[in-house]
Order: sequence, then C-alpha cells, then structure tokens
Amino acid sequence: MRGDAALELRIIEKVFGGQPVLRDVGFVAGPGEILALFGPSGAGKSTTLRIALGLDRDFIGHVRRPDARLGVMFQEPRLLPWLSVANNLRLVARDDVSDEKIATLLTGVGLPPAVAALLPGKLSLGMARRTALARALVVDPGLLVLDEPFASLDPQLTAQLGAVVARCARANAVTVLLATHELEQALAIADRILVLSGSPSTLQADIAVPDRRDAAAIDALRRALPARFPFLESSGGR
Amino acid sequence: MVPRLAFPARAERLLSLLGFFALWWLAAALAADPRLLPGPQAVLAVIWQGVLSGEMTGNIGITLARVAAAFVLSMLVGSVLGVFAGRSRRADALLDPWIIITLNLPALVVIVLAYVWVGLNETAAILAVAIVKVPTVVVTVREGARALDPGLDELAAVYHLPRLRRLQRIVAPQLAPYIAAAGRSGLAITWKIVLIVELLGRPNGVGYALNLFFQNFDVAGILAYGLAFAAIMLAIETTLLQPWERRAHAWRRGA
Repeated sequence: MRGDAALELRIIEKVFGGQPVLRDVGFVAGPGEILALFGPSGAGKSTTLRIALGLDRDFIGHVRRPDARLGVMFQEPRLLPWLSVANNLRLVARDDVSDEKIATLLTGVGLPPAVAALLPGKLSLGMARRTALARALVVDPGLLVLDEPFASLDPQLTAQLGAVVARCARANAVTVLLATHELEQALAIADRILVLSGSPSTLQADIAVPDRRDAAAIDALRRALPARFPFLESSGGR
Repeated sequence: MVPRLAFPARAERLLSLLGFFALWWLAAALAADPRLLPGPQAVLAVIWQGVLSGEMTGNIGITLARVAAAFVLSMLVGSVLGVFAGRSRRADALLDPWIIITLNLPALVVIVLAYVWVGLNETAAILAVAIVKVPTVVVTVREGARALDPGLDELAAVYHLPRLRRLQRIVAPQLAPYIAAAGRSGLAITWKIVLIVELLGRPNGVGYALNLFFQNFDVAGILAYGLAFAAIMLAIETTLLQPWERRAHAWRRGA
C-alpha cells in the first residue's frame, strides 16, 4: 500500500448472480483527495462503494483503509424515523459530542437550528439529505463515501452541498469517494474522475481534473469526456 | 379531530356496556330462576361479599401472579427466539418444526403432561402456560425481525455502533410494535390458559374457585369470579398494554 494512501482498493473480480459485474477496478486515494466515481446506471458504482465501506466482502481483491473513521451517505438518507434530527447525529457520534457541534454541522449544511428537534418524517427530501450529510460529518471521518448523494436535488442545492463536501475535504484532509452520474458535479468538486463502464464493468479511465481556475481546461474536459464515453451524452451533461 | 372522535367512542363504549347489563337483567327476569341465571344485582352482591371476606381478592391475586409469571416468561423466551428465527435462516429452520408442533398441540394436552411429568406444582403450571404461549410470541416477533431494515443494519456496521446502542436505538424501536402486539394478544390467551391450569391442578386461584362453584352448581359465583377477573384483565390492557402499544407507534404519528 502506498505510504500516504487513505484508501487503496483493488477489485480483481466481483461476481453477482453467477455473472461477473466488476473486473480490474483499482485505485489509490490520498488524504484530502476527492474521487468521483463515474459511470452509467448499473456500472457497479454502488457495489464499488459498498466494497470500499466493507459492507461487501464477497469479491476477489482487497481494500485497505488505514483510518477506520468512515462517514457515509447512501443513495437514500437512511435516517432513523423515531429519532430527532439531532439524535440521528448523536447515534453515530462520540458520546461526548456537544450540542454546539451538532448545531454547527446542521447550520453548515444549510439547516436552521430548529430542525434539530424534528423527526425525519417532517423533513423534505432535500432537508433529509442535508441531515444525512451532517451525520456523515459528525464522526470527523477520515474517509467520506457518498453514493449519488445529491440525486434528485435542484442544481442550486447540489452545488451548495458539493461545496460543503469540498470545503471539508480541503480543510480536514478528508478523502472523499463520490459516486455520481452528473458530470458537472464531478467537474465542480473532484480532483480525479474514475470512469466505470462495460460488461463486466472495468475502470476505463482515471483522469485528473485540471485546476478549476483554468476554465478553458475544465471546458475542454467537459467536451472531451462525452466524446470518449458516449453514455455521458444522455446522463451527464447539464 | 382526535378529541372530537374520542368522546363519542367513549360514550358508545359506555352505552354498549349498559346495553349488556340491561340485556342480562332482562334475560334473568325472563328466566325467573336465580340458580340458573342470577341477575346483575345478585352477582354484584357475591363479588362484594368475596371482596369483604378476602377470599375473592386472594384467589384473584394468586391467579394474577401466575398470569404475570407466565406472561413475562413467555414474552422473554418468545421474543428472544423470535429474533433469532427472524435473523437467522438456520435458527428458523431449526425452530420452525417445534413452533408448528407446539402451535397445534392442544393446551389441555400440554397442561396434563406438564402435571404428569413435573408434578402438581407451580413450576408445572407456569411452564405449561409458557409452552402454549411461547410459539405465538415467536411467530409475531419473527415477523418483526424479518422486517428489520437491512439498510439500518448497514448504517450501524459502517459506524461501528456498539451492540447495546444498536439494540436500543435501531432494533428495539423496529420490534416494539410487534412485541406490543404479541403482548396484547398474549395476555388474553395467557389468563384463559392459567384458569384451566388452576382448574386442573392447583389448590387456589380463580380457576380452582370456578371448579368449586361448578361442582356446587353456583352460577352466581361463576359469573362473579369470571366477570371480576375479566374486568381486571381489561383494566390492565387499557391502562398498561394499550398505552405501551401507542408509545411504540408514537413516532409514526409524530412524523
């Protein structure tokens, strides 16, 4: 394993229902690096994330995470409906987590303090996703795994939450593994774009995203990727 | 809306109860034979005398203790087995034939065999009731365990939640409605079986008293004990079990 790696993942083969679904997928992520795992629906993005999280061990290969502190956002918020928003955060946090920290995190993801006392059933989908992001951050994760975290949210909220993730990664050296099929989201926050596609899915590309201040280079990548990976024409561009 | 609905419901219940007593009174008057069907007043008088002498309260107290012991034992054992059966296919496969057999075994057979094998004592009485009741708790709680959200299990695994916290915060709230349902139906079954157990092999309790009244053809005594005990079980259900079940579902209403 690379000395400073926060995540090393190597899937030689993953079989599901007798059929290989992933083959030769491997990457190493450094501290504070944001990797966008990109691919069409059914390309195995979620499966790769589950393997990275240790939820799926039925594969040939290995996964190494030196830092056990994981933060996760699944495709659905997975909030416990019988616990208030604040208690959903406390559930996963250290016992001595302060009310101030919870309030700061909720404010950080754009939720008003009054939301802390509400049950999740009172929240909109956008608020529930923000709560799930705050819950992922309350553990001070070393690795943050986000599975289509902002799907079906409006572009403004998506950009806002993407900025929260990017800021957290830069400030606290949190490694982020983000599954998405939104090209603009990947271009907005990722350091690298990993493309999964094919049958079985393989890692087709590991592309470094240029400095975002270089608008021309970003634009060139925005045009180049759909040309190289046709599935992006229908799923990625906005 | 809830208070407006609650009052008529309470009024209708009271009306229904008054209707029952009125019908009973009318039937007793038509029968005109207090030995065959005594009226409500005669039965209430027997209850009052039983309370004053302490005989009825003593017998009811003993029966309630047996009901409580058998209920707690069967809920504990049934809930634990139900969770195992719902969470593990192997445990389910091992338990299922036992559940089917015990569910279909007549309660009377279990009671008689318990007395024959263990002896005419409290252990046999409580054990017999628990053996009859446990399978129904297992079946209900097993359904709850099968319905546990695997997504929340994954959440607990990712965050390495301690076992106790998982049980308290994730598993218990999901199982609570099933355990409450098993408790409510369980209490009704338990006390009826306890009376049979007492009738067949105990020297005290409501079942024993009913047997004596039956042998003396004392219908007023039978009705007095039957009604008094049913009223107490109804009170327990409405003051303890129903509020517990409402609490188990409270977050759904709050959502």
